[in-house]
Amino acid sequence: MTKKANITLVINGEKHSLEVEPRRTLADAIREDCGQTGTHIGCEHGVCGACTVLVDDVPARSCLMFAIQANGKRIRTVEGLAENGQMHPLQEAFMEHHGLQCGFCTPGFLMLATGVLEREPDISDEDLVDVLSSNLCRCTGYQNIIKAVRAAAQEMRTGMRSVTRTR
Amino acid sequence: MSAHSHDIKTWVGRSIRRVEDPALVAGLGRFTGDLPAKRWVRFVRSPVASGRIKSIKAPPGAMVIAMPELAGVKRLRPMLHKFNYVPIEQPILADGVVRFVGEPVAAVVASSEEEAEDIVDLVEVEIEEIAPVVDAKAAIAQGAQAVHGMAPTNVIVEGKVKTGGFDATWAAAAHIVGVEVRSRRQNALPLEPRGGHASYDLATGRVTLTCSTQMPHLMRTVIADLANMPEADLRVIAPDVGGGFGQKMSLPTEYVTLVWLARKLRTSVAWTEDRRENLIACFHSRDQYVTLQGAFDRDGKLLALSADVLANIGAYSCFPTTCAVEPLMAMAEMPGPYTVREYSCHARGVVTNTCPMAPYRGVSRPVITLALERLMDRSAATMGIDPVDLRRRNLVTNFPYTSAMGLVFDDASYLETMELAVEALDIPAFRKRQGEARAQGRYLGLGISTFSERTGYGTPAFAARGMEITPGWEIVELGMDPSGRVEARIGASPHGQGLRTSLAQIIADELGIEPGKVSIIHGDTDRTPYGFGTFASRSAVISGGASLLAARKVRSKLVSIAAHLLEASADDVELVEGVARVKGTDRAIPIEQVARAAYHRAHLFPDLGPGLSESASYDPSGTFSNACHAVILEVDIGTGGVKIERYIVAEDAGRLINPIIAEGQIHGGVAQGIANALYEEIIYDETGNILTTTLADYLPPTSHEIPRIEIFHLKTLTGDTITQAKGLGEGGAIGAPAAIVNAINDALSPFGVSLDEIPVTPQRIHAALETAKETTKRQS
Amino acid sequence: MKPAAFQYHAPKTIDEAVTLIGQVAPEDGRVLAGGQSLVPTMAFRMARPAHLVDINGVAGLDRIGVANGKLSIGACVRHAAFHRPVVEGPLGNLLSFVVRHIAHYPIRTRGTFCGSLAHADPSSEWCLVAATLGAKMTARSTRGTRELAADDFFDWAMTTNLAEDELLVEAHLPLLAPETRFGFYEFSRRAGDYAIAMSLVTYRLHNGVIAAAHVGVGGAEGRARRIAEAEAALNGKIPSAEAFAAAAEAAAAAVDPMEDLQANAKYRRDLVRTVTRRALERAAA
Repeated sequence: MTKKANITLVINGEKHSLEVEPRRTLADAIREDCGQTGTHIGCEHGVCGACTVLVDDVPARSCLMFAIQANGKRIRTVEGLAENGQMHPLQEAFMEHHGLQCGFCTPGFLMLATGVLEREPDISDEDLVDVLSSNLCRCTGYQNIIKAVRAAAQEMRTGMRSVTRTR
Repeated sequence: MSAHSHDIKTWVGRSIRRVEDPALVAGLGRFTGDLPAKRWVRFVRSPVASGRIKSIKAPPGAMVIAMPELAGVKRLRPMLHKFNYVPIEQPILADGVVRFVGEPVAAVVASSEEEAEDIVDLVEVEIEEIAPVVDAKAAIAQGAQAVHGMAPTNVIVEGKVKTGGFDATWAAAAHIVGVEVRSRRQNALPLEPRGGHASYDLATGRVTLTCSTQMPHLMRTVIADLANMPEADLRVIAPDVGGGFGQKMSLPTEYVTLVWLARKLRTSVAWTEDRRENLIACFHSRDQYVTLQGAFDRDGKLLALSADVLANIGAYSCFPTTCAVEPLMAMAEMPGPYTVREYSCHARGVVTNTCPMAPYRGVSRPVITLALERLMDRSAATMGIDPVDLRRRNLVTNFPYTSAMGLVFDDASYLETMELAVEALDIPAFRKRQGEARAQGRYLGLGISTFSERTGYGTPAFAARGMEITPGWEIVELGMDPSGRVEARIGASPHGQGLRTSLAQIIADELGIEPGKVSIIHGDTDRTPYGFGTFASRSAVISGGASLLAARKVRSKLVSIAAHLLEASADDVELVEGVARVKGTDRAIPIEQVARAAYHRAHLFPDLGPGLSESASYDPSGTFSNACHAVILEVDIGTGGVKIERYIVAEDAGRLINPIIAEGQIHGGVAQGIANALYEEIIYDETGNILTTTLADYLPPTSHEIPRIEIFHLKTLTGDTITQAKGLGEGGAIGAPAAIVNAINDALSPFGVSLDEIPVTPQRIHAALETAKETTKRQS
Repeated sequence: MKPAAFQYHAPKTIDEAVTLIGQVAPEDGRVLAGGQSLVPTMAFRMARPAHLVDINGVAGLDRIGVANGKLSIGACVRHAAFHRPVVEGPLGNLLSFVVRHIAHYPIRTRGTFCGSLAHADPSSEWCLVAATLGAKMTARSTRGTRELAADDFFDWAMTTNLAEDELLVEAHLPLLAPETRFGFYEFSRRAGDYAIAMSLVTYRLHNGVIAAAHVGVGGAEGRARRIAEAEAALNGKIPSAEAFAAAAEAAAAAVDPMEDLQANAKYRRDLVRTVTRRALERAAA
């Protein structure tokens, strides 16, 4: 145990005043100290990407940052994706295209895709698919995740929803 | 199926969105690790594979519990009553002896996870090491150290079978071809590791264990039993579970410790397994040696199969299936989808000083299929028969078919799915391309695998195994409330399969309402009927069947009430699109009104009884789905790397309740099968030290390694499952390794290599090519 | 897997940083830059620094500059900075080609070029770049500033010759002549994994024959290095399959390959041959 530090994490626009040890990871602080459990922990050594959040709009693995490093930075998590009760195009696309099964990896993929598509709206399909190889999923085999992100990217670029599949 | 007019669309068969999704995509899922707790547990784990514990020294002031402190807790003793099973026991915390690296030795309890981990660092465990046995063959060698005193040969389950005409058939065979397959250890690696949260209710003395599991009711029964507490005092909740794949259908001893601690400390106690623990100490699978030989006649008809199966089951036996499940399933199902009548098998499960095994998606079937399909390809080459043709001559086509082991195959399409895959492949075109590539020093290969997938089997099948606990049936309690909404409470325990959506579709069709009006409740033992959980591709079939039967009962009551209200005969009343209607007329009343009457106007229907609650159970003998996997890939002989170019699945699981969910199961299963074939391997050194302890050593594939999967569906409807849906959750994992390994061997056929070990790593390909080069050099 | 406790320091200037490092280094103090390599080792408690000096807030460390024929890369420059060429010409293109092989996108937004050098993983792409191109590293401590050439900077796997109180403040790569050809080839098990073997080659053509060949091999030994025997097999030769095969053979013969779960020595040696030849083929393409 070391002396705790007083920090402020701004998560989805809301300020959280915390007292944490320096070793407290950003992932644990978000989940336990700020009660936002949508960000998940799958490996704690930076490989699986389930803990991906946006730090100042940049995708980052929150298990590889200490909360104290994020003091005063703008953090966005999956809980902040929907706006005014309306789902983000990526969330809609994941539901439409069966891009999730157990849902554990999903927040990490959503934040990764959100961050990349916001920073590089004209990213090539090849590069977008390459970015998606950053995170692990054990349920879906990735096919529908890629489909969902492609569909959402299309909508985010053009503002047009891609054709919904026949149900 | 329900009686609807032809022009009414059913919900079953439609890819509607999952009801599970809105919460999950919003990050509002509730997983075990999301719960706050007053106390946190970390386990001190054995650093050595085998030894006697001399002392455990805890730092002053720390709460460290070892076996002597665990007063009254029983040892876990899974039981099997057949096949010479030796009922080895597992203590909840190591009891004087450690038997595998990672075995829990003590539990540290502290106010935070960090603090608990700090204390674990300071706990000193002195162990006098004993020479470990690590490999299955070493464990059965003369003079090998016994891992358990009661099993001096280290063989703890052994099955032998031989059909009556085997010897004569074998002696008279025209061709005998063999293959030796080595399947290396896997970890199912769900993205959410295990975890448990035990809370204590001061008022009632009850414990609620929220845990990542696939079988909450069985957890409740066995934990209450081991912890010596009344089962009624334990509530188990499986909340959102981040993947299971079988790894969470066995009891972790850690969960017992948590419940014991909650009762002792009278507060909430939680443990979240970390990834390192999961890799080291959470159930492994599929560490097997299989020797398979086939006897063929001159026309390539497979007359007899001889198999030897040696499974390394680790240090302890898993509950409830027991560790016998892998070797004995291999014995029971080795003949696969082929019409072979004579069969001999010797199957053994062997203990070693490694992490215990438990079932993993497909259990033994991925290995069986690998062995059988490698045998078919090698036999085809030996006999000069086209490998597809060889399969044509031997696949089961007449149903029902009873296998040499007494399994009854219901209507299926083994041959048809293979033909469908073969047509999609366009093999002649591929062979041309393959030839051209070879001329340029590039090696493309094509491989197929055909297999049957045993699904949805109830107690008769499990009873045959001789397990102490015979799972199989499922109950569904279904009630419609006065507003016309339905709640169905199930004993299955989905963890990504979308069962809340697909069962709602079945029920909605039966009751003529929208699936949105049906809520499926699962996971909480206080709220659901006893059940066996979700595993073995059973839930859509068995809980689906029970849902259908329970819905039919409610339907019957609604129809009777509606008939009375509409002054019509019950035979003329249909439930459709939210109303009860007299067929062929527009006389109708909303179903909500009928429901309301069932509760508030019950005096009008005295013979029916009040309310709308029914219960039904379903316990089928089982049904076999089937598929053919076909793969085109390229082997880079410069590096040994493998790149899959095309992946085809032609499958038949009968009626698909929700096609997009069904396809998702295939995608996910194939991905794990590709992982099994090419990437994932748990590695121990000769001292029993596990070397693959991070995700940089154990290699689950990324999206870059998984190709797009093309799926073709056939639909064989059988009466062996009343919804006509067969299970399909495991098929992807079952067929993939065989197809991929066959394709690699096809690619490398110019070199005369035979690779029969999975994963086929680049290093193994390189070694095989080197050996082939040496052999060629020596021969020239 | 929570790290062991440490004291955290967040200096704002280089002087402050260097003073702090000087103070805490003897008590197992480490520098925290990107954290993408350090923090996982802390999670496994393989590293238990008692102090972390976080240099992410130090002014002026995130500069990339071109001067005197060199590209200078500050201690906090992230891998992602190289996604697009940071300088015109072959060096910029080389760096942006190589960076795509480093880990994954979210790691590249945090991890740093200099951090990779200081971490000295034998399979690090930037270490191979530094060794092959002849980078120079500027190290600062309270005792002063010094420059180390790559050959002197790298020691062996996971160790450099930085003193425990020194901060790597900048790395300098020589700009490549505009006609320089480069090729990079890496073999790994999955997308983003560390290289099991990789090769970076650069050369110029002088009257149609290869001159100033640099052949670097990484992932195969305790440190990435130039293979003189391979370079000798190229200089003065016309670029051809034969010349490339000979150079690749020389590289394979020259290395003393390390052994691990992914590759034994023989396999790794053969991989060195393959990756070197393919890097050369890419350079010639």
